[in-house]
Amino acid sequence: MSEQDTPAPSTSASTAVQVIYCGVCSLPPEYCEYGPTLSKCKEWLQEKHSELFDKLYSQTNIENDVATLSLENKPTNDAEDKKKAKVFIEAAKIERELQKKMASKVTITRIARNKKKSVTNVGGLQNFDIDLKKAAKNFASKFACGSSVVKNNQGIDEIVVQGDVSDDLYDYILETWPNVPEDNIELTEEKKSKK
Amino acid sequence: MFKKFNIKEDIATRSLVKSSVQRNIRSKILEQYNRLEPVIDEVLPKKSSLILVKCHEHINLLTVNNEILFFQHFDGPYYPTLRLLHKYPHAFPRVQVDKGATKRILSGANIMCPGLTSKGARLEEALPANTIVGVFAEGKEHALAIGLTKMSTDDIKNINKDIGVENIHYLNDPLWKSSIES
Ligand SMILES: [Zn+2]
Repeated sequence: MSEQDTPAPSTSASTAVQVIYCGVCSLPPEYCEYGPTLSKCKEWLQEKHSELFDKLYSQTNIENDVATLSLENKPTNDAEDKKKAKVFIEAAKIERELQKKMASKVTITRIARNKKKSVTNVGGLQNFDIDLKKAAKNFASKFACGSSVVKNNQGIDEIVVQGDVSDDLYDYILETWPNVPEDNIELTEEKKSKK
Repeated sequence: MFKKFNIKEDIATRSLVKSSVQRNIRSKILEQYNRLEPVIDEVLPKKSSLILVKCHEHINLLTVNNEILFFQHFDGPYYPTLRLLHKYPHAFPRVQVDKGATKRILSGANIMCPGLTSKGARLEEALPANTIVGVFAEGKEHALAIGLTKMSTDDIKNINKDIGVENIHYLNDPLWKSSIES
């Protein structure tokens, strides 16, 4: 890699349209209504881009939608109801998954191996759909140290990084995977290696 | 095209494109999309490293700074990704579908002629068959799919049945969800 200086929001007269993408479902917000996470999407948009939120979900628009909806609904009641129920179930499922994600923790544990040396254990990254092997490789090149995926005593995959890099790891994880909330990362220390 | 695509598993090779080859690709893309001319240096900066990612099923991705810009099947035409089209909506031919077709496209369906000829739809440019188009939706600002016309826009209007535009890449398909990690 030679240059890192040309990505999107340059100062010169760039003609590229800067599109806002939904932080929940990744689509342009005007398409959130077609996904099952609309309520979450709306919350996000209202918080991050209230202008766009007003534009998309202002009262008049909603009224229009309701009007067209009720028109569309009239003829096929049964089928439509079933479809709605299905969408609803799907939404609930995604909601549950999201909640599970929000509740799962990433743990960074420094484990002292002897007086001078320690290793850093990272668990739970897979809860956030992160490829552990790739992450381990990233850590290794980022911190210039050994890093590998190991099964812990409960048979769950974890990343073990050689050396005490827990603080740096904390920052690096936040930077690299914005979908991991800071509150969900736990930094701990373990004096004796348990085995 | 991307219904079963999984970038994590499907990457076969990844290579830096030599500058001579890069020039070829650039001119091929410009030949296809002459309206990209004014912004091509922004899209494919001359100094940037263009990376060719070869995937299974003969799909090639062109990426710059880990962003997928174009894709290609065998050595066929280059298709822009939706994210690129969102940035430069005017650089590519466009069609507009009515509201009713929107949902079906988002679940991967091809676009039937009536969805392109009804009241909310628009076919402003005369396009031949096999044109790569951005598919826009009634009442929406941004494109929702990249398509390939199966017949000319004249035929779409006159015949007005069967598939008018093949759905190649759409919002939330596996390609949309893919990101290239280094
Ligand atoms: Zn959304």
